[in-house]
Amino acid sequence: MAEKTNEVRLAFLAALEGVSTVDDLEKIRVEYIGKKGYVTELLKEMKALSNEEKKTFGQAVNVLKNEVNDKIAEKREELKKKEIELENSRMPEFDVSLPANLERGSYHPITLVQRQCEDIFKSMGFTVEDYSEIVTDYECFESLNIPKNHPARDMQDTYYLSNGQLLKTQTSAAQNAIYKKYKDALINEGKAIKAIFPGRCFRNEATDACHENTFFQMEGVMVDKNISISNLIFFMKTMLSEVFQKDIKVRLRPGFFPFVEPGFELDISCLICGGEGCPSCKHSGWLELCPCGMIHPEVLKAGGIDPEEYTGFAFGLGLTRLAMMKYGVKDIRDLNSGKLECLDQFTDDK
Amino acid sequence: MLISMNWISDFVDLSGIDKLELINKFSLSTAEVENEIFFKGSDISGIVVAEIVSVENHPDSKKLHLLKVDIGEAELTDVVCGAPNVRVGMKTAFAKLGAQVGEITIAPRKLAGFTSNGMCCSERELGISDNNDGIMDLDPALENGTDLKTVFDIDDIVFEVDNKSLTNRPDLWGHYGIAREIAALAGRELKPLDTVDLSAYNSLPSIDLKIEDPLCQRYSCLQFGNISVHKSPVNMRIRLFYCGMRALNFLADLTNYLMLEMGQPMHAFDSRKVEKIRIKRFDTPFTFKTLDGVERNIDENTLMICNGNTPVAIAGIMGGLDSEIVADTSTLTLESATFDAASIRKSTVRLSHRTDASMRYEKSLDPEMTVTAIARFVKLLTDIDSGAVVVSSLTDEQAFTYPKVKLSFTKAFVNRYTGIEISNDTIVKTLRSLGFGVELENDEFTVDVPSWRATKDVTIKADIIEEITRIYGYDNFDVHTAEAPLYPVRESTQKSDENRIKDTLVKRYSAHEVHSYIWAYYDEYKALGIEIEPNVELVNATNPNIKTIRRSIVPTQLCQVKYNTAYASDFTIFEVGRTVDGVDENGACREYKKLAITKFSKTKDTEKIYFELRDMLAVIADDIKHLPLRFEKAEATSSYQHPKNLNNIYCNDVLLGQIGVVNATVAKKIDKKAAIVYAEIDVDAFASIKNVSIKYSEPSKFPEIEIDLSFLSDTYAPIAKAISDANCTLIKDVKVTDVYADDNGRSITVRLLFSHPERTLTKEEVLAVVNGIVGSLEKDGIKLKNEFTV
Repeated sequence: MAEKTNEVRLAFLAALEGVSTVDDLEKIRVEYIGKKGYVTELLKEMKALSNEEKKTFGQAVNVLKNEVNDKIAEKREELKKKEIELENSRMPEFDVSLPANLERGSYHPITLVQRQCEDIFKSMGFTVEDYSEIVTDYECFESLNIPKNHPARDMQDTYYLSNGQLLKTQTSAAQNAIYKKYKDALINEGKAIKAIFPGRCFRNEATDACHENTFFQMEGVMVDKNISISNLIFFMKTMLSEVFQKDIKVRLRPGFFPFVEPGFELDISCLICGGEGCPSCKHSGWLELCPCGMIHPEVLKAGGIDPEEYTGFAFGLGLTRLAMMKYGVKDIRDLNSGKLECLDQFTDDK
Repeated sequence: MLISMNWISDFVDLSGIDKLELINKFSLSTAEVENEIFFKGSDISGIVVAEIVSVENHPDSKKLHLLKVDIGEAELTDVVCGAPNVRVGMKTAFAKLGAQVGEITIAPRKLAGFTSNGMCCSERELGISDNNDGIMDLDPALENGTDLKTVFDIDDIVFEVDNKSLTNRPDLWGHYGIAREIAALAGRELKPLDTVDLSAYNSLPSIDLKIEDPLCQRYSCLQFGNISVHKSPVNMRIRLFYCGMRALNFLADLTNYLMLEMGQPMHAFDSRKVEKIRIKRFDTPFTFKTLDGVERNIDENTLMICNGNTPVAIAGIMGGLDSEIVADTSTLTLESATFDAASIRKSTVRLSHRTDASMRYEKSLDPEMTVTAIARFVKLLTDIDSGAVVVSSLTDEQAFTYPKVKLSFTKAFVNRYTGIEISNDTIVKTLRSLGFGVELENDEFTVDVPSWRATKDVTIKADIIEEITRIYGYDNFDVHTAEAPLYPVRESTQKSDENRIKDTLVKRYSAHEVHSYIWAYYDEYKALGIEIEPNVELVNATNPNIKTIRRSIVPTQLCQVKYNTAYASDFTIFEVGRTVDGVDENGACREYKKLAITKFSKTKDTEKIYFELRDMLAVIADDIKHLPLRFEKAEATSSYQHPKNLNNIYCNDVLLGQIGVVNATVAKKIDKKAAIVYAEIDVDAFASIKNVSIKYSEPSKFPEIEIDLSFLSDTYAPIAKAISDANCTLIKDVKVTDVYADDNGRSITVRLLFSHPERTLTKEEVLAVVNGIVGSLEKDGIKLKNEFTV
């Protein structure tokens, strides 16, 4: 009988060898260990055997049955693995060298530099203020210690409006309102006034690659009991180093602005030519970037702040010029042109 | 203004000092110096004194002469010269072989057949003046062969100070004032001006003078005569030339020289024409011919210098042609005056005539300077022309005196303002070097501001801080941060809403942010057929293309769309900018901050992009405020608006703006086939809406019920209203799943989702709600198409 068992076993092994699909495997399983399978059939032949033989034969058949079961399970795993491998192998290789689809919008470069500057000052506890573009003579001049007939008015080509107001020539036009807004907190609660106010300014002048009648500035003020020139220089240097992400070479020169005393012109070494001289810096290597100074006592007074008790500094940063320097924009007119071929290059930039 | 270092050296000993470094220091401490520094004389060498020993006419040329000149060498030199003024015995400037004259190196040269071994030079050829009358005619006492640079001040360093940076410094409009700064910066003494004592002439007759108008602050004058020198000395002409002024004749040069030296404009009249000096304005306009021969219109605001009632000069601006010095003038009247700065400034604007004198007067000159300037003038005059005589006493009338400025402050004030420690000693020394009188007692300073700084420039304590710190040097400051208590800083809703809107538009909708101008552009609007709506206007724009302030950003944006039609087949642009809607009851502009978005498409139809735009706005409102938008039909009022599909946009019943389609007339001019839609909303109005806070609701663990209802309705609005009116908390979600139109009308399918957080819903309660909605719509004539079961 052992021979018979062995025959079935060999036949099974041979059959298993030829199996290549899960379906075929199932057929063989039924063929051998199904209800009428060869292995099951073997047991039927036990009737003719002696008890002793029955025992030996039964055990042998059981061993065979187990072996068939195991082998089938093993084969099933193997086949499944092969099928998955086959499926994986059918996946094509993708051509990642194809260009990426960068469909996206863009920010105006002024928005980007403005946000960068705002972030720097916010991190130092400054509030960000908004102000109108149309202002009164008082806001733009009188409150800033620039009375009528003051020669400083000659320096600014103002667009006057038919209702007697004007397009603000400088973000300083917001100073008076900001002092009035925060003076109570300063005087009663000892909260220093720390504010920046970015905004659009206008000058009545002919436009060319370096001149625009519409441009952006960012004004900043800080007022408290002991604000000094030393503080002013510190904040200017810190801010500019943050803006340009490197230690910036700066120099201060006396500058005359009626709303500050002393007043300064802050120059930085030209970022386009690196200080060698180019059209952007009028071949000087330096860029006049940031007029600043200690707030004039009359200006504080006009804002309801006692200049004997409080001092402060103010600065004006040319955001338009900053954007041009930062991104290498050569023609200032591109910024207001709406030319998307220029503007769509300015993705988010922190 | 051009500044000569030689001239400065008249007043400050600069020996051993690096002059370029000093100029740089001046730029950083006083006023901006232009980049280019001129090294005068650096391109000239080998020019010597030569004596003309013989002159022969050239055989073939009428102009040329053949000269033999003695240049102090063993042999005479042969030269061919074309100058008209050659004569035997004359000493002149001679460029030897190998000499450098500008870009030319002198070498032997054939001229009309004869060899010339050098060149006799005129002042212009040497670049030391613009005189080209002939070759230089030098002092016969000069030794032949002497280097000309040892005879005249040819070598000089000249720098240019930016006039704009001097607007607040009347004292810096002459070399002496600049020298004072230079002396302070170099730590050297400023030498006093060499003048004559005018009291010596007190016994002479005075001049008939009367200031009849307070716009003349001070008028000082003096008569002199017997002038025999007509040409200024070479060194004077060189200085004038280096400082950008033409040399004319001795007296004109001398007044100009004084102006460049002291900043005090002066004028010399023929005394016969100014016997009774009166300074006044006239009630009626007239014309007046100035020195330059131009007839000018004089109005009642222009201050005039007169001889009795006859005008002879426009005060502070220019003299008259009729009182000019002429050939037979024997006596001259010298004017040294100051006038009201604003009056001069306005007169120059009215006359459109700005002169070197008026430029200085506009800055508020020191009236104390007029007499000193005359004393200096007489000194120079008599030094150069020893025969000149003063024939009147100094006549001086002062109608206005600036108050003396005295300022007191403490050391603590300086410390607080500067934030650094500057010693009392340095403070005193610095201020004194600039001419301030300083007293120091127990850390308390009392400062007398010198008259030349007291006309407007230095009036308050903070001005003194500037004087101390600029000389101290800002580069020398120890810098440190401020000490102020910290408080949280919250960003305003306006600011954060604006930023979030921009982010959504750029990042989610691939829109491009643009900037445009606040005014309408006539040409561009016209090209697109957009009418400019009346509004506040610019009254003084120099560009004829701009005048009216925009009421809306949309038209300016459409001009930009037009510009970009070739950029892409589809794009969206937006701007957050300002508009003006006329004036309010106080006459002030009603200014708004608006967001305008325009969508342009050549691939999609108008309806498609209109809904895309509407959804953008809805997403923005939902994202930032967690609120829905409501749209309401509006009437077109502007030429660019399409009469249909113009809708007002509301959020929480606040009118935000409008969404619309561009009128076909305008759209066709932008692009024949493209669809263009726009929206404009008020950013501040949007920011004013309080956002609804997020309320979390836990997903129900119990089964939900979905019911689809198809209604026959032209619009969704009544269906939405009926669902919302049902006010049922069991409705968790409403979706429009299908919209289609056929012969029977328009059918809209909504899917209602019901659920309860704590229990299984009953059929009855859901049915009641659905029946309620269906019933109320039926009352409005909106029929349900389908049957439904729960």
